[in-house]
Amino acid sequence: MDVIFNQLFVGLSIASILLLVALGLTFTFGQMNVINMAHGEFIMAGAYTTYVLQTAFGTGLLTLSFGLALPAAFLVAGTLGLILEFLVIRRLYGRPLDTLLVTWGVGLMLQQLARDIFGAQNVSVSAPGVLNGGMEIAGVSLSYSRLFIIAIVALVVVVIASYMKRTPAGRRMRAVMQNRSLASVSGVRTRRVDRTTFFIGSGLAGVAGVGISLLGAVGPTIGLNYIIDAFLVVIVGGLGQLRGAILAAIALGMANSFIEYGTTASVAKAGVFLLIVLFLQWRPQGLVVQARRGLAS
Amino acid sequence: MICRILGPRAGRRCLAAVGVVLAVAVAGCGSDDSSTSASTSPDSGDTIAVGVLHSLSSFMAISEVSVKDAELLAIDEINAAGGVLGKQLKPVVEDGQSDWPTFAEKAQKLISEDKVAVTFGGWTSASRKAMLPVFERNKALLYYPVQYEGLEASPYIFYTGATTNQQIIPGLEFLKEELKVKTLFLVGSDYVFPRTANKEIKAWAKANDMKIVGEEYSPLGNTEYATTINKVKKANPDAVFQTINGDSNVAFWKQFSNAGLDAKKLPVISVSTAEDEVRGVGIKNIVGQYVAWNYYQTTPGERNAKFVKAYKAKYGSDRVTDDPIEAGYVAVHLWAKAVEKAGTTDVEKVKQASKGLTYDAPEGKVTVDGSNQHIYKTARIGKLRPDGLIDTVSESDEPIKPDPFLKTYDWAEGL
Repeated sequence: MDVIFNQLFVGLSIASILLLVALGLTFTFGQMNVINMAHGEFIMAGAYTTYVLQTAFGTGLLTLSFGLALPAAFLVAGTLGLILEFLVIRRLYGRPLDTLLVTWGVGLMLQQLARDIFGAQNVSVSAPGVLNGGMEIAGVSLSYSRLFIIAIVALVVVVIASYMKRTPAGRRMRAVMQNRSLASVSGVRTRRVDRTTFFIGSGLAGVAGVGISLLGAVGPTIGLNYIIDAFLVVIVGGLGQLRGAILAAIALGMANSFIEYGTTASVAKAGVFLLIVLFLQWRPQGLVVQARRGLAS
Repeated sequence: MICRILGPRAGRRCLAAVGVVLAVAVAGCGSDDSSTSASTSPDSGDTIAVGVLHSLSSFMAISEVSVKDAELLAIDEINAAGGVLGKQLKPVVEDGQSDWPTFAEKAQKLISEDKVAVTFGGWTSASRKAMLPVFERNKALLYYPVQYEGLEASPYIFYTGATTNQQIIPGLEFLKEELKVKTLFLVGSDYVFPRTANKEIKAWAKANDMKIVGEEYSPLGNTEYATTINKVKKANPDAVFQTINGDSNVAFWKQFSNAGLDAKKLPVISVSTAEDEVRGVGIKNIVGQYVAWNYYQTTPGERNAKFVKAYKAKYGSDRVTDDPIEAGYVAVHLWAKAVEKAGTTDVEKVKQASKGLTYDAPEGKVTVDGSNQHIYKTARIGKLRPDGLIDTVSESDEPIKPDPFLKTYDWAEGL
C-alpha cells in the first residue's frame, strides 16, 4: 500500500516539475504560437541566477539568497526574453519554422555564453537548511525540497490565473490571443501585449530554473533536459490552456511514476511517449479546447 | 532538403534561417583558442601537429573540457622543455560536440587534413567505439584517457584510464572485505559502459556470494530519480554500485540525499563521480560516500604536487584535478616519451617503442603493457571528505596488470 502512496507522491512531484517548466511555454507557445527553443536556456539562466546570488551572499545566508533568487530569476530570464523578442522574434511572427531554427541557434549561443562565463563544469547550488531532508508520514517519504517545488507551482498557478482573469492586462492578453485583429481594432496595443506576454513566459522559465536547481544539475546544457517535456505538457494540455497544462502535467507525472515503478526509467520514458502519440491521435487539439467562433484558426 | 519542400519563396527564407543556425553553431564551436588547422605533415618543418578531440559543447563538455585542459597543459610542458625530437608540438583542438558520429568525422579530419601524428580524445565508450574504426582504417593512433568497461584492445588505441580489473573489481572487493556487503543494488545510465560493467559485476557477485537485489538503468540526461530511490529503499541493500554519468549524476546524488539517505544509512560506491563532478553535486549531498579510481588530487608524492600546482596555476585555483584529467595528462607524456625513444612519429615504431615503457606519473609509476596497450595502474578506493576532495581509504599493493578481457578470472568466462 505504501508503494502506491509513495509513487503517488513521486508522480505529483514529477507533475509539479513538468508544470513548472511548461508554465512559461503556455504563454509564449500556447498564447503567441512562438516555438521558442531557447526556453530551456531561460530555465538555465534562472538556475545560474540562484548560483550567482548564493556565491554573492555566501553560505551563511542561504535562505535569504534562495528567497531572493525567485524574483531575481524571474527578472533575469524575463529580460533575456524581452531582448530575444525585440531582436529576433518580432520579425518572425507567423513563421514558425524560421522561429524554431533561429531560437534553437540562440539557445546554442546562450549555452556557449554560460560556458564562457561560468565554465563548462556544473556548478553547485545548495538548498537552504530548511529544505534539507524530509518527513515520513504513514510510510510515505516526503522530501522538503519536493514539497517546496509543489508549493511554488501552486502559488505561481494561482497568481497567473488571477492575473489572467481579474486584471485588465490579463484580459487584454486573452483578447489578443483569441482574436488578434479584433483586439487590435478595439484599441488594444497588441505589440505591447506581445512583449508583456513574452516577458512573463520567459520569466516563469527562470522561476523553474530556481526550482530544479534543488533537484538536478546546474550547468550550461540543463535546458536540453527539460525542453521536450515542457513542449509535451503544453501540447497535451491544449494550446494556451492553463487548466489543460495542469491536467496534462499531472497525467504525465503519474504515468511516468507508475510505469517506471513497474518497469524501468527507460521504458517509462518510451511508454509515456507512446501514450502521448496515441492520445494525440484521438484528440489532436489536446485535453482542453477553447471554444471559439472566429474564422481564424 | 526540407527547404525545397516548401516551394521557392518560403524555401529561400527557410534556407536563410538554416544558414543563420549553422553560422551560430560554427561560431559556438570555433571559439577555442587553438583550433587553427595545420595542413602540414607531422614531421615537416619545426612543429609536430597533434590532435585533441573532446566534447567542448553540449552535455559531455562538463567532463571533457577539463581533460582537454590537462592535455594542453602536458603539451605546454613538453614544448617548454624543448619539444619532441627537437620540434614543438602544435595542438589542433576539435570539438566532438557530445555526438558520436561527429567524433568519427572529426577524427578523420584530424588524420587526413591536419595530418596529426597522434590524437588524444574521447570520454564515453560510445565515442570511443565510434572513433575506433576510423583509427584502425587509417592506421593512426588514439590515446583514450578514461576508465571504461574493458573487453576491447584495438592495436591503434592506447588506453590510459583503468580497465575493469583495475577499478570495478577492486571496488567490489572493497565492498566485500571492508564493508562486509552481502546484498548490492546496481544503478546506472542506460548505455554501453554501465550495461557491460554490470554484466561483469553480476558474474563477479555470483562467484563471491554477493546477492544482486536490483538493477536499474535510466536514460542519459535523466533528471528524475525518485522512483529509482524508492526501489532501492524497498530492496534495502547493504550498498549501491553506481555507474550514472553526466548531469544525471548530480540529480541522483541530490535526490538521494533529499530522500534522507546518507553514507551511514546506505553506502554508495561510484566509478563515475570524481573530484570535478563533486563540485557540481554539492559536497553535503555526497560526503562520506565511496568512489573507485586510480588517482585523486590528494594522492601523495612530489610528482603529483607538481602536477596539481601546474594545473591550478594555468587554469585557476578553484579548479581540481581528478582521475580522467590525470590520465589525459599522462597520455600526452607517454606518447612523447615513446616518440623520443623511437626517434620518429611513425605509428608502428611508436607502438613498438611503447612496449614496457614506464613513466613517473602523478598517480605513481605507470607501465605500458605491450600486449594490450593498456597501462599498469594502482587501484585506489576513496572516501569523500567534507571539503570535496577524496581520501584514499584502501589501495592495491602495487600497480595492477591490465586485463581488459578478464582472462585471468575464472568467473569471467563467457562474458
